[in-house]
Formats: sequence, structure tokens, C-alpha cells
Amino acid sequence: MKILNLIVVVITGAILIYGTMDMPGWGDPDSPASLHVSPRYITKTMEETATPNMVTSVLADYRAYDTLGETTVIFTAGMACILLLRKRRNGHG
Amino acid sequence: MIRSSEDIIIRTVSRILVPFIQLFALYVIAHGHYSPGGGFQGGVILGASLVLLLITYGPSDTRRHISGKSVAVFSSLGVLIYSGIGFICLLLLGNYLDYGKLSGILHVTPAEARSLGILGIEIGVGFTVMAIMFSIFFDISSGGKPPEDEKE
Repeated sequence: MKILNLIVVVITGAILIYGTMDMPGWGDPDSPASLHVSPRYITKTMEETATPNMVTSVLADYRAYDTLGETTVIFTAGMACILLLRKRRNGHG
Repeated sequence: MIRSSEDIIIRTVSRILVPFIQLFALYVIAHGHYSPGGGFQGGVILGASLVLLLITYGPSDTRRHISGKSVAVFSSLGVLIYSGIGFICLLLLGNYLDYGKLSGILHVTPAEARSLGILGIEIGVGFTVMAIMFSIFFDISSGGKPPEDEKE
């Protein structure tokens, strides 16, 4: 049974490694992921947002809705900690 | 349970350091347009300065300056600033969080209005992260109990 498991693992690993052959090179500027919206962010960030730091303009302007969600997650985590941990002063908590 | 430190070196050094840490945190928030940084990082540094106060002066002294109510108010205020800026953009007939529309009331070009909008929401994020970092550390370190002299 152990031999069978090993064979399955080796075959799955070989298929996965074979799959990586078709992936674009590391940091390839012509890869599909780099051709969709990244050039717009890189070339237009100064004239559209007047912000030299591209990371900030993507985080807080182009992806502002996502950052609003992150802030709400932190807020919710803090409120949950307060509700769970803080004991009420009159002793009923 | 954290107790206040009696060591004069620790008390003096942390009292001198805290304003500089907070100044650096404000720099990180305000300079997020030009260098690595922004609301999350600056808020964490602000929270760290408050945590330094807490582990030096103890919970009851710190509670006197930063009450549980003000922590809750500050954390909600940050989210309110963020979503409020988004709603102002809605009122100015733009999309939600479309800061370009703020140029009408700020009297600057749309690109500069976007830059200012980014600064505004970074300040909101900083408020929330600072208050929540301090609140979680305070509640875990004290086990949720109010400090002794608040019990009476």
C-alpha cells in the first residue's frame, strides 16, 4: 500500500512540474498578468493621481474599495476582541 | 498582568522616546505618496508608541489618558472618515471613492484632488489601526479587567 501511495505522489508531482513548463518566466514583462492593467497603472499614475509612489496610488485609489474592506476587517477584529475579552464593570460580564 | 515599571531609566527613556515615535508615525502616514509607508504602517507605529506607554506606566496610568471609550470612538472614526470621503464623492455625482470629483470643492485639478483623497483615507486608516492595535494589546494584557483604581 505504501508503494502505491508513493507512485501516486510521484506521478502527481511529475504532472505538476510538467505544468510549470508552460508558465511565463519570472518577472516576464510579456506575461499575460503584466499586460492587462499594469501598464496603465505604471504609465498613467502621475497624470491621473499626482502620486509618485505607484504602490500607494494602486492601494488607495485604483483599489480603494479593497482597502476599505481591509480597514473594516481590522475594525471588526478589534470590536470582536473588545466584546469577547472586556469584562463589564458591574460583574455580570 | 502588566505592572508599571519603577525603574527611572525605563520611565525617563520611554517618556522621551514616545513623542519621537509618534512624530515618525505621522511622517510615515503623510509621506506615503513619496516613499514606502501609508496608513497601515503609520497606524501600527502610533499604536506601538501607545503600547510602550502601557508597558512602562502600567494599565491604570495609561487608562487615565486613553479611555476605553476614546479607543472605540477613534477606531470607528477612522472607518467613518474613509467611507465618508467615499460618500462625498457620491454626492458630487461621481462613483463611490472616485476622488477626482473632489476637485469641485477643493479647487484643485482632478489629479491633485485624487492625491488629497488618498491622503484623507490614509489618515482614516491610521486612526483605525492605531486604536485597534492599542485596544487588542490592552485587553489581552489585562485579561479584560478594568484597572484597580477604576473599580471603585
